Amino acid sequence: MGPIQLSMTVASSQDFRDRLKKEYGVDVSLCYQCGKCSAGCPAAFAMEHTVRQMLRMVQSGLVQESLSSYSIWSCAGCETCSTRCPRQVDPAKFMEALRIEAKKAGLVADKNADLFNDLFLNSVKDTGRLHEVGMIARFNILSGQLFKDAEHAPGLFTQGKLSILPHKIKNTEAMAKIFANVQKKRGGKS
Amino acid sequence: MKRIGVFVCHCGSNIANTVHCEKVAQVAKDFPGVVLSTDYKYMCSEPGQVMIQEAIREHNLDGYVVAACSPRMHEPTFRKCAARAGMNPYMVEQVNIREQCSWVHADKEKGTEKSIDLLRMGVAKVVKNEPLYSTTIPVTKRSLVIGGGIAGIQAALDIANAGYPVTLLDREHTIGGRMAQVDKTFPTLDCSACILTPKMVEAAQHPNIELMTYAEVEAVDGFVGNFDVTIRKKARYVDFDKCTGCGACTEKCPKKVPSEFEMELGVRKAIYTPFPQAVPNKPIIDANHCRYLLDGKCGICKKVCPTGAVDYEQKDELIMERFGAIVVATGFEQFDISAYEEYGAGKIPDVITGLHLERLMNASGPTAGKIKRPSDGKVPEKIVFVKCVGSRDEAKGRPYCSKACCMYVAKHATLLKEKMPNSKSYIFYMDVRTPGKNYEEFYARTQNEYDAQYIRGRVSKIFQVGDKLIVRGEDSLLGRPVEIEADLVVLAAGMDPRSDAKDLARTLGISYDQHGWFTEAHPKLQPVETHTAGIYLAGACQGPKDIPDSVAQASAAAVKAAGLLSKPELTSEAMTALCDEAICSGCGLCQSICPYKSIEIKSVNERYHGQMRQRRVSNVNQGLCQGCGACTVACPSGAMNLKGFTNDQILAEVDALCQR
Repeated sequence: MGPIQLSMTVASSQDFRDRLKKEYGVDVSLCYQCGKCSAGCPAAFAMEHTVRQMLRMVQSGLVQESLSSYSIWSCAGCETCSTRCPRQVDPAKFMEALRIEAKKAGLVADKNADLFNDLFLNSVKDTGRLHEVGMIARFNILSGQLFKDAEHAPGLFTQGKLSILPHKIKNTEAMAKIFANVQKKRGGKS
Repeated sequence: MKRIGVFVCHCGSNIANTVHCEKVAQVAKDFPGVVLSTDYKYMCSEPGQVMIQEAIREHNLDGYVVAACSPRMHEPTFRKCAARAGMNPYMVEQVNIREQCSWVHADKEKGTEKSIDLLRMGVAKVVKNEPLYSTTIPVTKRSLVIGGGIAGIQAALDIANAGYPVTLLDREHTIGGRMAQVDKTFPTLDCSACILTPKMVEAAQHPNIELMTYAEVEAVDGFVGNFDVTIRKKARYVDFDKCTGCGACTEKCPKKVPSEFEMELGVRKAIYTPFPQAVPNKPIIDANHCRYLLDGKCGICKKVCPTGAVDYEQKDELIMERFGAIVVATGFEQFDISAYEEYGAGKIPDVITGLHLERLMNASGPTAGKIKRPSDGKVPEKIVFVKCVGSRDEAKGRPYCSKACCMYVAKHATLLKEKMPNSKSYIFYMDVRTPGKNYEEFYARTQNEYDAQYIRGRVSKIFQVGDKLIVRGEDSLLGRPVEIEADLVVLAAGMDPRSDAKDLARTLGISYDQHGWFTEAHPKLQPVETHTAGIYLAGACQGPKDIPDSVAQASAAAVKAAGLLSKPELTSEAMTALCDEAICSGCGLCQSICPYKSIEIKSVNERYHGQMRQRRVSNVNQGLCQGCGACTVACPSGAMNLKGFTNDQILAEVDALCQR
């Protein structure tokens, strides 16, 4: 891998940064690379690039590389970084933006994390709540790990933590509306 | 034998806790010459001083010793106390039994013993003291300001406004200095010339300011209050009394020379004014390029001059003037980038410096403010800045930070974006240093609003491929090598001292550091004074500075100079060096070591075996000598003595210590 052709990468990625700013409200040019976000990140241990590095990559125009990074899928979205950022970059939102962009670009590195996210949202969309059993079953089947965490099931059942049938909220239409709005805002598919 | 008094101070409990003060006073009674020895709680207090004065009268004392705190603290107090009782103030010695004894020891017995030893030495010395007298010298109420940049102009204006005549001297033929070359100033982006030229004109028209341009300091004699300065007024070959500044000569002159003011990006004539707003705005002839002065052929300027002001016969003129105070404001030079071969500096025409870019951006510059790169006149789109070129680089002998570059690069990137919205600036930095009012905010705007790409890392190599410049460095935040295809590279060259700063320092008798920056008397508490009384520093000649800092220091130096000039007369140091001509061998070691240039070698005639002969001996100028004592240590024959610390006195102290 030769040196990064910075004059090209920066120029060609301007659209991407503009989009991050316009659509997600994340201005990466604000970041002065202090590292306070990464220092406090509880998921940093699991990341190949810390949040600061991810921001730097986007500043330097390494868009493809940042979108195909595993790190964005390790982010728990706890927003510790956003609470602490001295420049109000909102790194958590930045990571979320990268996840959405990665899906659009078909560059999802961690397929299981993505699948989990989708199933989680689908469950919420349908019932207004998370139906654990349904989600676990789908996740285990679709990710090809049928007996993942199965040993916990009996305990959870006997404690009454899991229910076979989903609980629905009263106004599921409102939930559908929320999802439709978000989709409209993002221009179609999520 | 002299009648000596001894006064031991308790300093409350400061001394008394670690020293038996009564015992010390008791023992001192037996020292040779001591007629009175006593102790008191606070010698420096009013009752303590009254006690001393009464003792002087009552016991008819010739001198006295106070064992108390450091002489730095209360020597003037006890000297004045003696003077009030009619005793010569230099017949007083102070022995330090606080800082050098009680404060640093714990054992009371040993502390007492040490105090007695110190006091014994003090008594032995004071017996040998002689009355000393300081003299007064008149003050010449004029000031010289060397260097007509923004610092020099500000200092001259402030001194002149305080009511004292000032001579503002510049070696160039206009005042204005570096600031005149600058396009815009950070952080406000106001036009440099617009704020500078009114000050230049004000200086030129001020009734208290005499402008002396195209002139250099040749020699400086004398001392604080009375410096005799020899000034070389260089030949201009134009009679300024006759010249009207019409410019006909410049227009017709056939000889074109790269303009120094335009950083050689433009041309000037051999008879020229460097820039349109020059003060004085009259041309001079550059003797190194004038065809007539070189070969005797041409003479066009003389022919076209309507007032007959051109005078090829003009010669340099030496004048001598006396000044009471001198402000040095000689500024800086831009670091010569050709030392960075890896950047192609000096070889690739499109690798330029910050000052070059200033001229390219300036509306009255060689490109009329249009950014065109030097090689082919193409408008650059991608511009790379490299910071810390000739700063923070020990391999290049420049370990210091040049202070202004971070801000001027941010300014350049902002202005380039404003002038050329399609351009993009890439800035390689190691640290961004923006300590100054509104500086950090400016830097943040450069990044967020003006789209400058800051890359942390030092560039390793710049080379040409086609008409592009390839810049290689590492983004140390990414931890990966990066490469940029640039159209123009601007090296943020740091500040160097003037190449002849050391010569001027020697002429003036002021000190300079290892790089050639003039040294202030104290880095914190005397930042504008030099070690030489009456000479003050302003602006970048003392170290890299931006415009606000230079102006602030200039005003500070002006206050110091005006303060000196406001004194009716100066009191000279009484404890000065004195040469015993009878044993001086005239070797001159003292002359070379004297930091104040107060020693000269003179010839004396003396009778030797019935014949007259001449002999060389040292002579100390009592007005210049600051009593540092360096000459007394250097003198191999022991001819030099510092009054108040004579060899005799010091030996007496050593004897006293050895004889206990």
